[in-house]
Parts: sequence; structure tokens; C-alpha cells
Amino acid sequence: MADSMQQDNAALPDNPHDGHHKAQPLFGNSAVPFFTPGVIVIAILAAAGLITFAVRLFLGLGAMTNLNNQYPWGIWIGIDVASGVALAAGGFTMAFIAHIMNNEKYHVLVRPALLTAAIGYTFVALAVVVDLGRYYNIWHVMMPSMWQGNSALFEVGMCVMIYLTVLYIEFLPIVCERFIGRVNLPGILGKLNGFLDGLLRILDKTLSRVMSFFIIAGVVLSCAHQSSLGTLMAIAPSKLYPLWFTPVLPLLFLLSAFAVGLSMAVFESILASRSFKRPIEMHVLSPLARMIPLLLVVYFAAKVIDLVNRDAWPLMFEANFRSMMFWIEIVVGVVIPAFLFLSHRLRRNPVWLFSAAAMVVFGVVLNRFNVFVTGYIPPYSEGQYFPAWTEILLTVGMISLIVLIYRAWVFIFPVLPAEEEIEHA
Amino acid sequence: MVSRRDFLKITGTAAGTAALTAVGAEASAPHPDLDPDRFGVLTDTTLCIGCRRCEWACAEQNGLPHGDLESYGDTSVFDEMRRPNAEAYTVVNRYSPPAGTQQPLDVKVQCLHCEHPACVSACIVGALEKSPMGPVTYDAWKCIGCRYCLVACPFQIPAYEYAEPLTPRVMKCTMCAERTLKEGRAPACVEMCPPEALVFGPRFELLELAHRRLAENPGRYHPEVIGEQIVGGTSWLMITDRPSAEIDIPDLPNESPSVITETIQHGIFKGFTGPLMLFGILSILMKSSSDKRKEKEDENG
Repeated sequence: MADSMQQDNAALPDNPHDGHHKAQPLFGNSAVPFFTPGVIVIAILAAAGLITFAVRLFLGLGAMTNLNNQYPWGIWIGIDVASGVALAAGGFTMAFIAHIMNNEKYHVLVRPALLTAAIGYTFVALAVVVDLGRYYNIWHVMMPSMWQGNSALFEVGMCVMIYLTVLYIEFLPIVCERFIGRVNLPGILGKLNGFLDGLLRILDKTLSRVMSFFIIAGVVLSCAHQSSLGTLMAIAPSKLYPLWFTPVLPLLFLLSAFAVGLSMAVFESILASRSFKRPIEMHVLSPLARMIPLLLVVYFAAKVIDLVNRDAWPLMFEANFRSMMFWIEIVVGVVIPAFLFLSHRLRRNPVWLFSAAAMVVFGVVLNRFNVFVTGYIPPYSEGQYFPAWTEILLTVGMISLIVLIYRAWVFIFPVLPAEEEIEHA
Repeated sequence: MVSRRDFLKITGTAAGTAALTAVGAEASAPHPDLDPDRFGVLTDTTLCIGCRRCEWACAEQNGLPHGDLESYGDTSVFDEMRRPNAEAYTVVNRYSPPAGTQQPLDVKVQCLHCEHPACVSACIVGALEKSPMGPVTYDAWKCIGCRYCLVACPFQIPAYEYAEPLTPRVMKCTMCAERTLKEGRAPACVEMCPPEALVFGPRFELLELAHRRLAENPGRYHPEVIGEQIVGGTSWLMITDRPSAEIDIPDLPNESPSVITETIQHGIFKGFTGPLMLFGILSILMKSSSDKRKEKEDENG
């Protein structure tokens, strides 16, 4: 192990972002074709989602959603935005473990997590746009004359915008790596090849010097807006069901983001390995999964203490739809996966590892959905909100598009580790 | 190898944020600079005759769709409880008469113009504003249409023009700000009200008036001025013959809902101390862990 690391050190510059592992684009390095029947289905769903998106921008919210004055926010906020932000937490949690704590072996997971975060946050921004009644005014958020520091939404908006920029900057070295020494424009543009290559090298060098700043900034920004996303609903104490409403919502959102960040890294790594017919990176996933139970226990403890503290726990034992949702969220999303991850044997089994990670992902999505949608009780309600088919189509379409773009990116850019890396590990 | 130390570091970060949140919760919330002579309206529901002329006057004043004045004499609308919506800033609902009388109780519903409004606190671009003189106003030009104000309002007042494809607005009573603020003139509904169930004036005077009425005629009123305390007080006040819950006013604390979010926001982000501290801690962690790694590599090499 030490020997192979020395070798890598010699081959690659000591750049905190590159790590010491070799990553490769799948094109030319994998036998798996880009298009498979499954990918074609996903592409069709993505196209349908894009059409829905475009239509919404012209037809308005009334025509495309079941939102009304009682239920101003639906699944576009509860799933696309709130869950989207949570599930993109793999970016900052992996950056923390691999770069800030300098755990080299996890470097192989950083690029995929970074890519998921970059695509995820891009789609969070798009989901916000599609949900805004006056989306063309979104630039107002950036105008100091309209800044409104009391608004938790302002904090979320600013942080997400800055963090998205940071994520793109963090991804740039991967683009540089892909094209340095390979710039090959056709025809007359070919004269620019040398010049562009030089520019890329300068960019790469500059980035490697300042990357630590952006990595730390990314973690700080993430902690800030992951928690502020919880602050959002803290403004509606009388409307949010007491099983979910608490002044410590921001803390609960942050703690669950830590747990789901690592779970997403495990979840997507196994999913990608299966899809690209590569060996599953158990040698890093199992030890990574060992950290998750502690994070889940801390989240669980915070939740229980809060429920007892507010005397809201008896509501758990009332038989209704909301208490059922709460139980599913806690048992399936927190308790069971915590036990699964604790087992040394199950952590080493790809199927169990994947199931446990998927449960945490499901649990956090359900939690965000509960906080923003099922737990929201308008004082003057006329019936329950249920999403329109166009709302569902857009959400499904956007998720499909994320999968498609992820696939395209790992085919084009060196994101996933070279296969011999996994086999020799 | 991930050590126990790493776990502790991760949880330490979380605990830090928790501590900050706790500090924030103890801080007091700032109050907007309100003018001591700020305007308000007092609704005396016991005087309301349910003529709905206020609804007509409001629609006329604010350019909302409406029929002629006579059409508002239609009492069949009282068959169901109505809420203000994108086409009506105010509606009157009818409740059963108090025991032993024939006269039903009619209750006008509109924005209460909170003293510390959650919608204003929520608004991401400051499109909603609390005038120091009372009214909570809306600037459609600034609005991005996030509808967080609808989520935040504990009285479920702001309505949205969902049917409008490109230029939807948040719709709610502005206490006729263009009249009250510029001319000191009463809102259209107040001016129209035949039995003078609505009174416009400085809020402190209206509070005195309300308490005088309660004291002079205790049998007629439930002893509470709605809006004096609820959610930190509202510019629009109400007195009525029964507990507020019976006229569908939500049971709310005497503290603005935005106190929680504002203390959290200010506790964590005031002067960026929280984020900067975290940045500092992470920088030190990164430096020390990278030094340690170099040492290890030197040993191995």
C-alpha cells in the first residue's frame, strides 16, 4: 500500500484536489456504452421534464400546479429544492473527510460526490426558478438595495448561489486535467491549441494554489445553508405540525445533512459501479459507512431530546397520517440503517450496504417532504394538497436529467477512479 | 483509517452550531421603528350589520373585480365561510347570533397589519414593508414570487395570483396605504361603513376607545381587544362578543412568529462571527492534518 502511494506521488503533482488517485473518463476506458435501454427511458423522462419546465415558464403556476393560497409550497420546494440540497450534502461532507481531515483513501470518492453536488445544486437553482412566480426577477436577490437580512430565505439564496460558484470552481481542475495536453480544435481554430493549452495550465496552477480556500469555504457555506433551510419553516410555528416544528429545525437539518451526505456518497458509488459494470469500491465504502451510525445517533438523539423537551412526543402515539409519516421517517430512515451500518459483517456486504445507505437517503427526503409538505397545516384549510401530474412529471424529469448529466460527465471527464485502482486496492 | 478523533471532530462542528443557535435564541429580537402615532383601524363586530359595502368599497378603491353596489346586498354568500383571495382583499363572514338574540355576528376579515409582521421578515427582497405609520405594503416590482410570505403569515392572509401566467402578484389589504399614508385619509372600507363599525385613527387612541367600550358595556363584549397582544400586536384591532377562537382567529402566542427565525439568523450570522469561526476552525484542522500526513510520509519514505 505504501509503495503504491509513493508511486502515485511521483506520477502526480501534490495537489490537494487531485489527491493521489488516478481518475479516468469512461469514454475509451470502459466497455459500457453510453446509451442502454434504461438510459433511453431516462432520456425520454428528462425530455418530458424539460418540456414541462419550459411550458411552466409561460403558463404560470396556476395552470401547472395544485398550489393555492392555503398551500403555497408543494413538491417543487419540498423535494426538488429542500431534498435536493440535502442529497447534495455528499459534496461538502466528503470534502471535509478527504481534504480537510486529509484522509487519502477517501479521495476516490471526492470527485463523484463533487460532481453530484455541482449537478444537484444546479438543479436546485433551476427548481427555484420554476417555482418562482416572477422568475425573471431572481436577480433582485443579488441587488444590495433589496437585501433583506432578516429573511432565512435570503440567507439560503445567497449561500446557495455562492456555493454553486464554489462547486464549479472546485470542478475546474477536473476540466483542466481532461484537456491539458489534449486541446485539439479542428481546422483554423487549431492555431489556438497551444495558446489554450497554456491558459489551461496557468488556470490549473492557480487553482491548485487557492483550492484549499474554496474547499473550506464550501464546507462553511454548506453548514450555513443546510441549517438555514431548516430555519425557513421555523417562521411558521402555528402552521407546522408539532412533530416537526421546533426552533432547533436548523440544527436537525444540519445533523441530518451530515448523515445523508456520507450515505449519498455510498449510495451513488454503488449505483455507478453497477451501472458502469465496475467493481464496487468496498475498500473505501465500508470504512466510510462505519462513520454513519454515529452521525445518525447524534441526529436521532437531538430529535428525541427536542421532542421530549417540547412535550410533543405524545403526538407520535396518535394514530393519524402524520404520525405514521413520522414513524417511517425515524424507523426506516434512521434506526434501521444505523443498526445495519453498525454491523461489521453487513457493512462488508454490497447489498446490505446499499440498502442501508438508500434508507438514510429515503429517510432524509421524507423528512424534508414532511417538514415542507405533509406537516404544513394551514389554519383555514379546504382539503389537502396533492401534487398535479405536471408537478410530478417535472420532478421526475429533473431527477432523470440529473442522472443523465452525471452519466455524460463521468464519460467525458476524469471523475471515477481508474479501474485498476480499485482492483489493486 | 478513520479514528475516533475524526468522529469527535465532526460532531464537534455540529455542537458548535448548536451552541450558536442556543445563544441566538436568548437574544432579544429587534423591533421595527414604529411611529408612536401610527395608524390603525378598530373593527367593532357588534356594530357590523353585514351589508358588505366595505367589500365593494375595497374592490373599487383597489381596482379589484366587482359588480355594482347593489349586488353586494346578496346575503347568500354568508352560507359559507370565505377567505380573502386574489380578487378580494376583504370579506365579511356571518356567525350565529349570541344566545338569546336574533342579530347575527358579522366579522370582517382582512390583513391585520402586524406590528412585527412575519411576511415582512420572510420577504427575500423587501417587497413587503411595514410602514412606521402602520400599513404593511407590497411592491410588486421587487417581488420574485417565492410565496414565502404566504407560508409565514399566521393568519393566512396574503393571496397569490396563481392564474396570472407571467406577472402574478401577492394580493392583500394595504390599509389603503396610498390614502392613509399620503393624505391621512381613512381607508375606503372605513369611509364606507354605514354603522361606523370601523374606526380609523392613531392606534393608541383606538386602543383607548376599545377598552372604554369594553369597560362601559361588559355584557356586550368579550373582554379582549384582539390585536393588542397577539403575535406582538397588530395595527388593526377588533372587539367582539365572544372569544376570538369562535370567530376563527387562530390561537397564537403574544410573540411574532418571526422572532424565532430572526434570532437564529442574527445569532449565527451577525457580523459573520459564526461562519468566520467555522472557517478558522476548519483551516486549523486542514493545516494540522496535512502536516501530520507529511510527517507520516516522511517516516515511511
